[in-house]
Amino acid sequence: MIRALSILRRATRNYAPAVSLLLVLLGVWESAVRISDVAPYLVPAPSRVARAFLEVRGTLPGHLRTTAAEAALGLALSAVLGAGCAALLAWSTPLRRAAYPLLVISQNIPLVVVAPLLVVWFGFGMLPKVLVVTLMGFFPIVVATTDGLLRADHDLVELAHSYGAKRSQVLRSVLIPSALPAFFAGLQISAAYAVLGAVIAEWVGASSGLGLFITRSQTAFRVDRVFVAVTVIAALSIASFAAVHLAARLAMPWQHAGQGGAQEEVGR
Amino acid sequence: MGHARVGTMPDGRAIDVRSVSLTYAGRPPVHALDGVEIEVARGEFAALLGPSGCGKSTLLRILADLVRPTSGEARADSVAYMPQRDLLLPWRRVLGNAVFAAELAGTPPDEAKRRARALLSRFGLEGFEQAWPAQLSGGMRQRLALLRTFLAPRETLLLDEPFGALDAITRRQMQRWLQDVLALEPRTVLLVTHDVEEALNLADTIYVMSPRPGRVVARIPVALGRPRDAATVTSPEFVALKARLLAALDDDGTSGLAGS
Repeated sequence: MIRALSILRRATRNYAPAVSLLLVLLGVWESAVRISDVAPYLVPAPSRVARAFLEVRGTLPGHLRTTAAEAALGLALSAVLGAGCAALLAWSTPLRRAAYPLLVISQNIPLVVVAPLLVVWFGFGMLPKVLVVTLMGFFPIVVATTDGLLRADHDLVELAHSYGAKRSQVLRSVLIPSALPAFFAGLQISAAYAVLGAVIAEWVGASSGLGLFITRSQTAFRVDRVFVAVTVIAALSIASFAAVHLAARLAMPWQHAGQGGAQEEVGR
Repeated sequence: MGHARVGTMPDGRAIDVRSVSLTYAGRPPVHALDGVEIEVARGEFAALLGPSGCGKSTLLRILADLVRPTSGEARADSVAYMPQRDLLLPWRRVLGNAVFAAELAGTPPDEAKRRARALLSRFGLEGFEQAWPAQLSGGMRQRLALLRTFLAPRETLLLDEPFGALDAITRRQMQRWLQDVLALEPRTVLLVTHDVEEALNLADTIYVMSPRPGRVVARIPVALGRPRDAATVTSPEFVALKARLLAALDDDGTSGLAGS
C-alpha cells in the first residue's frame, strides 16, 4: 500500500511537468484557432481533432495493428541481425575495417528512395515495411553493440582465461553481459524510429496501416484526421520506447540495484 | 623463449622459478625482471615484498600463464590467480560470482554452489548470496574475490595485493581472517605486497625484491608462531625481522642475496 503510494508520488513528480506543458500548449492552440477563425482544412483545433478521433474509432484500430506489427517485427529483426553482425565485427578486426564504411554508407541512402524500390520488389504487403524498419533500426544497434563488445573489461577476459575458459565461455559469461547496456542503448534509439519507418514505408504503397490512413485523409482534405493519425503514431512511438526500457530493466537487474534499497531486500 | 608450465610437480614444490627474466620490447626496452629465483614448498605461505613497479605482479602473471618470460623457467602447480582489482562480475549475484572460477575450471554447477554455500559464512558473506556486487562494501568485495579464488579447484593461490585497496584497520582484520581461513582450508600461497607488516603477519618466507629490473635481493624465513596477533606485532622477534626487511628494501640489492 505504502509502496503503491510512493510509486504514484514518483510518477506524478516525473510526468507532471510534461503533461502540464502539453495541456498548456493545447489550450493555446485551441484559443488561437478560435480567435483567428482559420479554416479547419488548414489548421483544425484540438477539439475538432478529438471529434475526428471518435469518427474513425471503427477503422483506426485495424491500421494501428498493421503499423504496430510492422514496427515490432522490423525492430525484432534489426535487434537479431544487429547483435549478430556486432558479434562478427567485434570478433574480427579486418572484417570490421572492411564492413564499417559500407554500414555507414547504407545508412545514408535516403529511405524515400529505398522504400518505393522495396515495394516494387516485394509488393504491397508487410514485408517491404518490415524491411524498411529493419534498415533504419539495424545501424544504431550494430554500432552500439560492437562498441560495447570491444569495451569489455580486458582484465575480466584475462581472468576468465587464467581459469581455462573457452572462447564460447568468455563470450557468454563476460562479453555478452558487458555489451548488454550498449545493445539496449542502440535498441532504444531504433525503437524510437521504428514506427516512423513503418509509416514512411506505408506512404509509398500499402493496403493497410497508419501511413495509408494519412495519405487517404490528406487527399480528402481531412487535416483533422491527419492529426489523429499523428497523435496515434506519437503514442505508439512512446509505447515502443517504454517497452524497450522495460525490457532493459528486466534483462539487466543489476543496473538498478541501488546501494540502500537492495540491501534491505537482501535481508528479507 | 622461457617457459611457464602449469602442472603437478613431483618433488613437493608448488612453485619453482628459475632465473626468470622478462624484457618488454620497445624503445627503450623495459627490463621488468632479472634472473628471479623463487621456490615455494607445497603448503607454504610465501610473500613477495617490493616497491611498486618492481615486477612482482608480472611474476604472478607469468605463473598464471598470462605472460611468457623472456628467459628462464617458471613452473607451478595448478594455480588460481587473484589480480589486484577484485574483478567481480557486476551482472552476477554474490553466489554466481563465488562459483565463477570453479565453473570455468569445469566443476559441475551444483557441486560448485554447494561448496560456495558451505563457505559463505566463513567468508563473512552469509545472507548476501542474492546481493549484487555493487551492494557490497570494499572488504566484502575482496572476501568474495578470495572466495572465488578458493573455490577454483587449484592447489596454489597467487594473490596480488588482495588487501591493497582497503583501509589499514580493515586490512588488519582481513589478514587475521585469511590466517583463520587457511588454517581451515590449507593452500599454498604466493602473496604479492608492498606492506612490510602484511608480509610479516602472513608469510612463512618473504622474498624481498629490488626496484626495476626486479631481482630477489633477500629470502627471509619468518619463524614466528601462529596465529599472529597484536602481541606478535610488538614482539622483539617481529621488530627485528621488520628492521631486516626494511634494510633489505633500502639496500637496493647491490649486496646480492642475504639470509636464507
